[in-house]
Amino acid sequence: MTARVALPEITAAVCAMAILLVPLAAIGVALVNTGLGRARSAAHSMLSALAVLAVAGLAYFLFGFAFQGFAGGTAHQLHIGSKSWSWIAAERFGFAGLALDASRPSLIAVFGMMCAGLAAVIPLGSGADRWRLPGCCLSTVVLAGWTFPWFAHWVWGGGWLAQLGGSYGLGFGFLDVGGAGTIQILGGLTALSVVWILGPRRGKYEPSGMAGAIPGHNSVLVMFGCALAFVGWTGLDTAGAILFAGADAGAVVLASANNLVSAASALLVSLAVTRARFTKPDASLAANAWFGGLVAISASSALARPLTALVIGGVAGALVTLGVEMLDRLAIDDPSGAISVHAIAGIWGLLATAAVPSLGRRAAQLGLVGSDSGQLLAQVAGIATLLGVVLPLTYGLNWVLDRITPYRVEREGERKGLDLNELGAGAYPEFATHDEFGR
Amino acid sequence: MKFAGLMLLFAGWIIVAAAIALLQATALGIFTLAGIAVQVLGLVLLFRAHLALREQHR
Repeated sequence: MTARVALPEITAAVCAMAILLVPLAAIGVALVNTGLGRARSAAHSMLSALAVLAVAGLAYFLFGFAFQGFAGGTAHQLHIGSKSWSWIAAERFGFAGLALDASRPSLIAVFGMMCAGLAAVIPLGSGADRWRLPGCCLSTVVLAGWTFPWFAHWVWGGGWLAQLGGSYGLGFGFLDVGGAGTIQILGGLTALSVVWILGPRRGKYEPSGMAGAIPGHNSVLVMFGCALAFVGWTGLDTAGAILFAGADAGAVVLASANNLVSAASALLVSLAVTRARFTKPDASLAANAWFGGLVAISASSALARPLTALVIGGVAGALVTLGVEMLDRLAIDDPSGAISVHAIAGIWGLLATAAVPSLGRRAAQLGLVGSDSGQLLAQVAGIATLLGVVLPLTYGLNWVLDRITPYRVEREGERKGLDLNELGAGAYPEFATHDEFGR
Repeated sequence: MKFAGLMLLFAGWIIVAAAIALLQATALGIFTLAGIAVQVLGLVLLFRAHLALREQHR
């Protein structure tokens, strides 16, 4: 995936505005994480999200961007045969030497800060009610300062995955315009690693191994989070299309149409599936499906037509709904459904990109380098990289950090709730909360 | 068991990357599929390891 170097003024302005919307996606995810967690950890959940956004922004600013870089920037190359694989950028630390204006590299730097924050907020929901604040922050340093920028270089920074089209004739290279893999799957796999390390919440599984339901404490927060996320995602996909696929300012129209169609389709499919399975629609699963629709279309929001987005979103809605239940049976206690929403729907979105009708024509219009054939193999190579490099790396680094600063709160702290245990005050001091440990 | 699962994930990626670098057309597709199959095995091992760990703690 390579794109034109200079941006016209109007395109740069729309791109800057779109980038400023991205934090709304992170806030939306944070609200969903909080709403689907327990009332006794609500303040801790929101504070963790804010702290993680701060840490991610700083880590990415200090050294993340230096590893990510941008297409056409300086990078370390690995020579295999007659081909060179760009594996890591070699920019200067702390944005040094970067003209902070409306140029493409500076917009990519600011966009990267926001994206790192969004990716870092995703695992918080999976570790809800048991992940201590210092652990969240340390994990974020690794994600925003190393894992995310490294993979983002391979996809968005002119790295080897982006070059698969030009170098090896695999379609247009790995296509992930809005970050379905770079942000969402990366965040989802980090969430999976964190859940493996933390283990399930106390009271989640009966002694027989049967999963019990611990319902979220505030559906209103969850639904409001969905609405905010839609706006944020439109910014995310618009900015991604302009910066990494060479789209013009009009990308905002296609991105918002695709996002709405995909999210709506996912939500309705989820309502139908949950109604068929449980006789009544499920609010939290429907909210998860809405997010799943947004995640899945991220990969191809600048390339697909809304009719394609309808199908991509619908399948994502079913996958997310069934995925949450499947993971629950595998003893993966993921209160926010982040693994299903971000990892499973993201993988589907990346695969579906290869099947977008008229992909070649649209990509050629945007000036992407490559050809029609081999796109599926390029997408599969990207997914294999996420599973084979990002997941082991993330799990390993978080495992080491957990040994240094234990991630999980102690038993009594979990019983009291993270608000009282870690912050000394609850989010809702006037309300009494029930104690499911007393069952 | 978890370590073995993670190693299988990485090994699957090595197969895919090597196939891209060395092979063309049909062989590339077959080896990419093989790499993904190895990764699926790794994931199965990881999830089973997590389940086994929970059984021990119960």
